[in-house]
Amino acid sequence: MAYDYAPFPYVVPPGLTATEPRHPVAIVGAGPIGLAMAIDLAGHGIKSVVLDDNNVVSVGSRAICWAKRTLEIFDRLGVGDRMLAKGVTWKVGRLFHGSNEVYSFDLLPEDGHKYPAFINLQQYYVEQYLVERTRDFPDHIDLRFLNKVTDHRDHGDHVMLTIETPDGPYTLEAGYYIAAEGAGSPTRNRMKLPFEGQTFEEHFLIVDVELPHSPFSTEDPERWFWFAPPFHPGQSALLHKQPDNIYRIDLQLGPDTDPKTEATEEKVIPRIKAIIGDMAFRLDWMSVYKFRCAKLDRFVHGRVLFVGDSAHVVSPFGARGGNGGIQDVDNLGWKLAAVLNGAPATLLDSYDEERTHGSAENILNSARATNFMTPKSEIETLFRNETLILAGKHPFARKLINSGRLSQPCSLAGMALQSGDHPMVGQSLTDMPMETGWLIERIKGQFTLLTLDDSVWPDLDDIRIVPLPKSDQSAAHYGSKGAFLIRPDDHICAYFNAPDTGALAAALARATGRNQ
Amino acid sequence: MILEDKLGTESDAVYTMLMNVHDGLSLEASHALNARLILILMNEIGDAEKITALLEEARSIPLG
Ligand SMILES: Cc1cc2nc3c(=O)[nH]c(=O)nc-3n(C[C@H](O)[C@H](O)[C@H](O)COP(=O)(O)OP(=O)(O)OC[C@H]3O[C@@H](n4cnc5c(N)ncnc54)[C@H](O)[C@@H]3O)c2cc1C
Repeated sequence: MAYDYAPFPYVVPPGLTATEPRHPVAIVGAGPIGLAMAIDLAGHGIKSVVLDDNNVVSVGSRAICWAKRTLEIFDRLGVGDRMLAKGVTWKVGRLFHGSNEVYSFDLLPEDGHKYPAFINLQQYYVEQYLVERTRDFPDHIDLRFLNKVTDHRDHGDHVMLTIETPDGPYTLEAGYYIAAEGAGSPTRNRMKLPFEGQTFEEHFLIVDVELPHSPFSTEDPERWFWFAPPFHPGQSALLHKQPDNIYRIDLQLGPDTDPKTEATEEKVIPRIKAIIGDMAFRLDWMSVYKFRCAKLDRFVHGRVLFVGDSAHVVSPFGARGGNGGIQDVDNLGWKLAAVLNGAPATLLDSYDEERTHGSAENILNSARATNFMTPKSEIETLFRNETLILAGKHPFARKLINSGRLSQPCSLAGMALQSGDHPMVGQSLTDMPMETGWLIERIKGQFTLLTLDDSVWPDLDDIRIVPLPKSDQSAAHYGSKGAFLIRPDDHICAYFNAPDTGALAAALARATGRNQ
Repeated sequence: MILEDKLGTESDAVYTMLMNVHDGLSLEASHALNARLILILMNEIGDAEKITALLEEARSIPLG
């Protein structure tokens, strides 16, 4: 069944008739990242106005793979359970070279974690759930559709925005301006910020089709990836399942193709039939892309903050675009809330430090995958073929095959907010079962002390104490002695051998930018 | 960098085996075999730093 793109209502904004009181935060763009940003800030008690030039969710499925860490963040934002219930969790992946299966792997569910390694769910559902979730915060989130931001000026203590609506233009003031306008970011262009990186010459065709039954050998959702399949010589192809019996097909088209003629039913339908055979199908969405990896040098420019695709773009292999953007939100939300509540504004520099690093890591990974998938010379093709041949027998060579490495949270070790050199410091929390529920549900966007042994810590202002239930699983991962200080974004920022309120206070001061 | 000799008295035997393994192959097939061998040997070395140094060393000597 085709998704119903019901338009969201436009409401005449108050600023058209009278000056609006200054908003603490204006978020420009209601894609997944802008929406998640507003919900995260609302969770920290911060009000925002969200402005979007459009009034429907993402047209086409676009981002479909949501990784475990992203789902955990969405859990805190209140949409994780809904995404998990609707999303497809695939178990078996198969890799083909020509017409041979090189190997298959079982992605067994990991015991003891609330969320699987990832799910497939169309971006339009994610945006719909997020829009619906914003309605739970009527006092904190003011979401305005058909409000296009056409200009902004940073006045040092606030930013002035000019906004175009169906009823004409108006202006408003905001303490901070968050650019979440996607890859084409008008804010970035207006500020003439360099956005440099690598553009890949290859074109890719992305198609969604609705099928009456599974094209795989079983009804279970699988993921099939081909290098040089017989139905698409010399190129790569990918097939996986989304909810509502929609299947995503990615086809590499090579550099010398004309995107306009490729994205036509005449060209696309035979390509689909070559993959799925003679089954009847409905074409749901198609698009031809050329991919780019690029980022801003800095994500923080005075009172203008960049998140999501406005700040960085990656090729989709490894699903790091949307997933990376959600980690920007996770990192920025509590810091901006702290700054608006009196913490030094320099705390925002750590957003820049940590997320430019994360985004560079995402770019490195997706560029490597794209390079593996699109060999640029005969020798690169030769090495890739031999890797695929060896992989039929030798596990080491399977690890060299790169059709995308799924997004993992990056380590923040050694950066300004972290204390000490315990090897876990900087890592994001690994989920564990609690007596009831899950560890990731206990952090609730607040500084938390995760205690591993029975030592007694005195009551602490601002910090919740969560004892980790003892189990082989928790001991193997976290050890069984001492305590970890966890940031509101679930990253470990300090370790203590034994109760030490002085050391804890120092680590907390450091993690909140009060003492570096 | 000067690479340490690790083949000792087996140098001649090992070199001969390398020639023999290409016996009867077209140039194209030999290239494929070489690529395969490099991948296998890389895994056997198993040390990214060392591999990087060896790759750089190979590239640093002028090519024809
Ligand atoms: C084919 C494809 C497959 C992908 N697959 C994956 C995947 O599997 N996993 C993954 O994590 N990512 C994936 N991505 C990437 C993902 O779609 C993006 O990273 C994600 O949409 C970025 O979200 P965003 O909110 O930053 O930007 P966008 O989703 O682009 O949203 C920006 C919003 O800002 C609005 N806007 C723009 N200008 C203005 C303005 N001047 N005023 C007001 N509003 C404005 C736009 O209308 C839009 O609503 C894929 C992308 C593509 C193209």
